[in-house]
Amino acid sequence: MGEPVTSRTVSVEVNGEQIELEVPTRRLLVHFIRDDLGLTGTHVGCDTGNCGACTVHVDGEAVKSCMLLAVQAEGTKISTVEGLAADGELTALQQSFNEHHALQCGYCTPGMLMSATALLARNPRPSEEDVRLAIQGNICRCTGYVNIVEAVVAAGGKA
Amino acid sequence: MLLREVEYARPATVDEAISLLAGHEGARPLAGGQTLVNVMKQRAASPDVLVDLADLAELREIGFSGGMLEIGAMVTCSQLMSSSEVEVARPILAEVAGTIADVQVRNRGTIGGNVCVSDPTNHFPPLLVALDATFTIRGQAGERTVPAQEFFLGVYMTAVGEGELLTKVNVPASSGAGDGYAGLTIGAHGTYIVNAAATVAGDTARVAIGCVAASPVRATAMEERLASGDFSADAVRAAAEGLGAALDPPSDVHGSADYRRHLAEVSAVRAVLQAAGRRK
Repeated sequence: MGEPVTSRTVSVEVNGEQIELEVPTRRLLVHFIRDDLGLTGTHVGCDTGNCGACTVHVDGEAVKSCMLLAVQAEGTKISTVEGLAADGELTALQQSFNEHHALQCGYCTPGMLMSATALLARNPRPSEEDVRLAIQGNICRCTGYVNIVEAVVAAGGKA
Repeated sequence: MLLREVEYARPATVDEAISLLAGHEGARPLAGGQTLVNVMKQRAASPDVLVDLADLAELREIGFSGGMLEIGAMVTCSQLMSSSEVEVARPILAEVAGTIADVQVRNRGTIGGNVCVSDPTNHFPPLLVALDATFTIRGQAGERTVPAQEFFLGVYMTAVGEGELLTKVNVPASSGAGDGYAGLTIGAHGTYIVNAAATVAGDTARVAIGCVAASPVRATAMEERLASGDFSADAVRAAAEGLGAALDPPSDVHGSADYRRHLAEVSAVRAVLQAAGRRK
């Protein structure tokens, strides 16, 4: 039987790359992604599970990486904002954010993109209401959300 | 944030999880982590050992047998929302799950975690009391089943003892009953100030109020008055009279005790009317 430990090897696939790394069991997934893997596109906003700036995909589902231990992600496939334009080409959603000026300071943008990408994957042509519900867990303190919602709706069907 | 150092184990079977919980002082089960990880950051909880239930596939299943919907403790809110079994047998569960927090939290947060936290403002406790759900708890001595009203013992306290694990939440299929849920939240899909759940089967109503005491409160006087079978808006409003006065809710920055008494009556009326309207 696996006895309790304070350090453990985690095997995960991050943006298509297989990673195996020993981490302290108390390490949050967001710190694993930012500090151990150097993928600093994923932001720490509130660190209380409210703001959604740390949103990544775990096995295709949007989750807040500050509310998960890295060891909990064992065996999963993780994608971060860096994985969206991995080939250097912006996704239709990212392009739409650019065209609609869907950001001001940009701090919430990685989380917004990850939540909206998950939405578009399960609902390729979301209504305004669908988009507002999908980004409910992502807080933006600059834009008032209007341009973000417009950008996601416009990206619908273009992915 | 840097958490206090914590030991972590990832059992492969439910029995293994139970022996880990029983064999280590300060051990706690870790389900989705949407409450526990946050309270660990605040040091409001400081478990010594986390027993991660992630690999226990049997706890992620939704089954249906003998007229009962059997929901594994690790079933997430998102799973409840997309389950065809839930949609057929007791759709209110999916409806309420869909109003908890946000997409990311619903993707990880589990029904077992929601009830085991036993936060008086959580969504599921009053609903499961109204639906007459039962809880399957497993320990080294075996398995027992506890009715919802005996499950929620107080703030952050349930019938799950040390070395035990909640494995299933069992909800009877609606078989023609209608269910309703109403309340007032702080912001859309936020924390409840008061909530109420009701189920109406034929002429019998069960009503439970949340956020007004340490655990959900059955509105028994209201239920008795409704036994006349009159579910008109006037009759339901009359049945709720005095419900608030019988409660001793807390006062805080979101609402005074009196405001909560008022909300309890309003929410109970709305939940019962919705439930009665959905009867088949």
